[in-house]
Amino acid sequence: MRHVRAASAVTLALAITAAATGCGGGSTGTGSNESPKTLTYWASNQGPSIEADKEILTPELKKFEKETGIKVKLEVVPWADLLNRILAATASGQGPDVLNIGNTWSASLQATGALLPWDEKSFEEIGGRDRFVDSAVASAGKEGEPPAAVPLYSLAYALYYNKKMFAEAGIEKPPATWDELVAAGQKISKGDKWGLGAEGGNLSNNIHQVFVLGQQHGADFFDQDGKATFTSDGAVAAVKQYVDFMAKDKIIAPGNAEYAQNQSLTDFAKGKTAMVLWQAAASTFAAQGMKPDEWGAAPVPVPSGTPGTGKQVNSMVAGINIAVFKNTKNLDGAKKFVKFMTSDAQQKHLNKTYGAIPPVKAAQADAAFGAPDLKVLRDTLATSAAPLPQVPNESQFETAVGTAVKELWADAAAGRPVTEESVRARLEKAQQTMQQ
Amino acid sequence: MTATATSPEAGTPATGGTSRGTGGARRRLPRIPDRIRRGGLPYLLLLPAVLLELLIHIVPMVIGIVMSFRQLTQFFINNWGAAPWTGLDNYRIAVDFDAPIGEALLHSFLVTCVFTFFSVGFAWLLGTAAAILLQESFRGRGILRAVFLVPYALPVYAAVITWAFMFQRDNGLINHVLHDQLGITDEPSFWLIGDNSIYTLIIVSVWKGWPFAFLMLMAGLQNIPRELYEAASIDGAGIWQQIRRITLPSLRPVNQVLVLVLFLWTFNDFNTPYVLFGKSAPESADLISIHIYQSSFVTWNFGTGSAMSVLLLLFLLLVTAVYLFLTSRGRKGSDV
Repeated sequence: MRHVRAASAVTLALAITAAATGCGGGSTGTGSNESPKTLTYWASNQGPSIEADKEILTPELKKFEKETGIKVKLEVVPWADLLNRILAATASGQGPDVLNIGNTWSASLQATGALLPWDEKSFEEIGGRDRFVDSAVASAGKEGEPPAAVPLYSLAYALYYNKKMFAEAGIEKPPATWDELVAAGQKISKGDKWGLGAEGGNLSNNIHQVFVLGQQHGADFFDQDGKATFTSDGAVAAVKQYVDFMAKDKIIAPGNAEYAQNQSLTDFAKGKTAMVLWQAAASTFAAQGMKPDEWGAAPVPVPSGTPGTGKQVNSMVAGINIAVFKNTKNLDGAKKFVKFMTSDAQQKHLNKTYGAIPPVKAAQADAAFGAPDLKVLRDTLATSAAPLPQVPNESQFETAVGTAVKELWADAAAGRPVTEESVRARLEKAQQTMQQ
Repeated sequence: MTATATSPEAGTPATGGTSRGTGGARRRLPRIPDRIRRGGLPYLLLLPAVLLELLIHIVPMVIGIVMSFRQLTQFFINNWGAAPWTGLDNYRIAVDFDAPIGEALLHSFLVTCVFTFFSVGFAWLLGTAAAILLQESFRGRGILRAVFLVPYALPVYAAVITWAFMFQRDNGLINHVLHDQLGITDEPSFWLIGDNSIYTLIIVSVWKGWPFAFLMLMAGLQNIPRELYEAASIDGAGIWQQIRRITLPSLRPVNQVLVLVLFLWTFNDFNTPYVLFGKSAPESADLISIHIYQSSFVTWNFGTGSAMSVLLLLFLLLVTAVYLFLTSRGRKGSDV
């Protein structure tokens, strides 16, 4: 009996020691070339399904294997799981060699120190930093530090409008300013037809929209030191302007307050709403049975009517980046793979397939990206898009402010007043939950 | 293994006793010294279970507790042993009810209490009613029993996402019936945002939880001798008196376990709110499990999230201990 008790005590002690040493967790070392013949790649789900992604990527990976002799093990990870998977991989040190990240996570993931920094030398190995559009590189990490990833697919927001509904309401051209948008929306919003669609329950979408409006009001949501400034006058005005499209201007249907699964795109495709602010929506509209000539795309409105920089910013830089786990066992191979994926040929092919814009300048020139709607996205990216705040707690920002906007939508939908005070109060609460 | 399987009431010590008593066992286990065989065998048999328990529950729990004393954010998850030791800071933040993080935690705790009370209450009532009604034999009873268990058998995600569709304001079935067909509400209501969300959550949770109550209570009812009812009805007891005097007291041991299990499951429920509302629930339905998930995995404050989890664990342990103490005392009282 005493022996057994002693044995179990020893086991317990061992387990606790294991746990304690487990606390050491992960690995901070830099990569090696121990297994130069294989790579593991986590691709984000870009296409209509995981299977579609596998079908699209597999032949390309075979091409890479033929060129370099390196076999790539592909895993397509759904968006909902990707960030948690990356966090788990970071904590355990058992991650893939190469992976896709959402570009808004760049600074957050950069702060973990798990991703390989892309300094000038590393960039040279894949053809140089100049090959990429500036705004896309700016969305790959904190300013002044080597980016944590390399841009792979770029996206931007545009204003999509229903040509027939516009014609019926006697509107000749898509609105270029917000006043014109509200006026157009009010002409259309009658009965069960509405002017504008929104995705109130989708936190990221809320953030993308209020970030752009914030830029137009001269607000950044973070100061130079990375401290949250959610309650600045500009931020309050931006959030209020967005929610007021429903609360005051009445051009968004109240039901949009709970939308989170792209229902606003379905409404648009069904002719229930005349406008949506979205990134690369063409393939979704087609999938919902809308013909390409039934809709048009225009730049997202700006106060002056002419998009540009500063207060004329009309989109966030959306997109997917490709990153290398620092402790990869095949550092050279990983870099070669990034070079392959960002080569002109691959950029043209993959971005075309996914309906995105190549962040590589040379590939952008391809005729495939000259369609009217893609041209709008391309010009937006090149001249009037800004990356979301590249701060380590970007993820917290999305949740805190995205939720505040979601709650304000709920107020607007229920007919409760949305005032400057109520907006400020929600943002104040969001700011207080940000721990540094 | 066989002994336990055939007679579940025979515990491990009894199994040990059997092997000690038979000559066959002695022949099969020649090398184990007498001393261990006499006193240690039961413990030896328990060892695999203990080891697994350690690996699956105790070790992660210990790690979680260690994490709750560290300032573990995205800056340290790559090497989380290096996260600065902060002592009780995370706990202080969690229970500082005047500051936003503590206030939000308290709010979600209270919401969870209300949610649990109504969910468990209704699930139990429905389960009891259904179990009693299906005691009598009638045509189609088997089918009804099977149908009643469907919510319990369905994958949670598929079931709850279906509810989420039904509760949509513009295209959902619920508003279609309440507003379009019956005209009960003046306007289509919101069920997935705003103040109604807590009702949505309770409805789905009850739907999901009551079949388990039904199953347990049905099993419990099978153990009540029919003679009791026959005797009672001869003595002139009506159906309500039979339920009150025979059924409920006989089900007491089942109910004691059932209510505790339902309470623990409901209080910790993560799937239902997550599938209904996503990673950020409306204020009125901000359950503590989602709240802790958000603190840990969405805002990447693993330290504070761990502290909140430990507090939740302590609370549930306390409630369970008090509950077990009270109910076991009650049982002794009724036995006397």
